[in-house]
Amino acid sequence: MEVFRPSSLYEALEVRAAHPQAIPIAGGTDLMVELNFGRRRPEAILDVSRLPELQVIGREDGRVTLGAGVTYARIIRELADHPALAQAARTVGSPQIRNRGTVGGNLGTASPAGDSLPVLAVYDAEVVAASTAGTRRIPWREFLVGPKRNALAPDELIVAVEWRQPDGPGSFSKVGTRNAMVIAIAGVSLQLDTAARRIRIALGSVGPTILRAPEAEAFGAGILDESGAWADPRAEVPADALGRFGELAAAAARPIDDIRGTAAYRRHACAVLARRALTWALDDRRLAAG
Amino acid sequence: MLVRLNVNGGWREAEVWPGASLLSMLRDDLGLWGTKNACEQGECGSCSVWLDGELVCSCLVLAAQADGRHVETIESLSHDGVLHPVQEAFLEAGAVQCGFCTPGFEVAVADLLRRDPHPSEETVREALSGNLCRCTGYEKILDAVRLAADRMDQVTP
Ligand SMILES: Cc1cc2nc3c(=O)[nH]c(=O)nc-3n(C[C@H](O)[C@H](O)[C@H](O)COP(=O)(O)OP(=O)(O)OC[C@H]3O[C@@H](n4cnc5c(N)ncnc54)[C@H](O)[C@@H]3O)c2cc1C
Ligand code: FES
Ligand code: FES
Repeated sequence: MEVFRPSSLYEALEVRAAHPQAIPIAGGTDLMVELNFGRRRPEAILDVSRLPELQVIGREDGRVTLGAGVTYARIIRELADHPALAQAARTVGSPQIRNRGTVGGNLGTASPAGDSLPVLAVYDAEVVAASTAGTRRIPWREFLVGPKRNALAPDELIVAVEWRQPDGPGSFSKVGTRNAMVIAIAGVSLQLDTAARRIRIALGSVGPTILRAPEAEAFGAGILDESGAWADPRAEVPADALGRFGELAAAAARPIDDIRGTAAYRRHACAVLARRALTWALDDRRLAAG
Repeated sequence: MLVRLNVNGGWREAEVWPGASLLSMLRDDLGLWGTKNACEQGECGSCSVWLDGELVCSCLVLAAQADGRHVETIESLSHDGVLHPVQEAFLEAGAVQCGFCTPGFEVAVADLLRRDPHPSEETVREALSGNLCRCTGYEKILDAVRLAADRMDQVTP
């Protein structure tokens, strides 16, 4: 086994091109478990934790760039104006895990239980991937191609993820057996786009990959229209409509039974989390309106 | 491969397997047995150390990633046989039973009190959520944190 430790992105991409079998390691919180248990014995490892280009948090013209190497601990500290993402980061593992684990690693592992992923789905983010041949932006709907599979080419590295700064409240919540250190049984992220009068919602841990719930999104935008809540945040949205929104979100889930929970429980959890998420978003707008 | 790192203030080096964790380097190559190996999957916190000042599970850091960096282990807490206030508090509060989880807990508690000298109960529980203890039931550990916080407050006003 060999370890490559480049100190710049370009150097790293050259290693990636010459040694596509070298597995990248960032925080190591997924990969080291596999190494420690002998589940994986890569020929070579490419350490991307020293690349300054991956540490960037940038904001320009309403667009946000989050470097692949940014840890959850930094997201909590530096992206407080992104409540959904910060909330997801807070639910990851423990302080030790949040000090090491990165968004790039979450995207690399591409697990349906990756907690940052439903949030990036509702931000409709783009994944910035680079190789020695250049940089490309992978639209969110093309990035996750299956359980633990993403659209990255063997000679590419994830450099960053980018999105337009959301205009409106958002949240992330998940259900698990305890309040920390859990893989979600179900996770939901919701983002209101006030300018476009749209709602985006995505589900984690309840399908082969992260799922958007388009019917719930359309229905939710509709009930805010009918109740006048887009124009006036103080307008009441009927409780049964919020309940219906939750049910439609749950209908988009494609869960299975496993040791963490049954499919029926997961569907129920989605309905509850989705209803709460929309309720919170409306409360947030009401509070902001005074 | 040769890995060289600063441990508890001094530069140390060892020839390690390239896939080795920082935990195995500390224990097997540098003879620092205070840092414990229990799960090797980030779940228990027994292997907690500081890497460049940040609390991490040393089982999840590749030794090669720590090359050139600063590591502080449980051994850095006491000096010439004088225990750190956190360690004293663990003894006094009865927060140690088999003792296997103790180094990891003490490092995590010391890390918390460095950042937040007066943590709320909720903050303490959250800060220790990555450390497991199979013996104490945690109550005595929480007592020890409160005791340590009070004591350290008196020493450094
Ligand atoms: C105890 C514990 C608790 C956890 N709890 C949670 C949780 O609550 N929620 C959650 O979502 N996850 C959790 N995880 C999983 C893990 O922490 C996250 O998936 C984390 O985001 C991984 O990031 P990393 O930098 O540590 O990844 P690494 O382990 O370094 O890498 C993960 C994968 O991504 C690839 N990769 C990394 N960076 C790049 C890059 N720049 N370009 C291309 N490929 C790359 C690697 O090759 C590897 O395949 C937990 C893990 C542990 C050990
Ligand atoms: S041995 Fe590292 S967390 Fe358990
Ligand atoms: S004292 Fe035995 S595991 Fe904590």
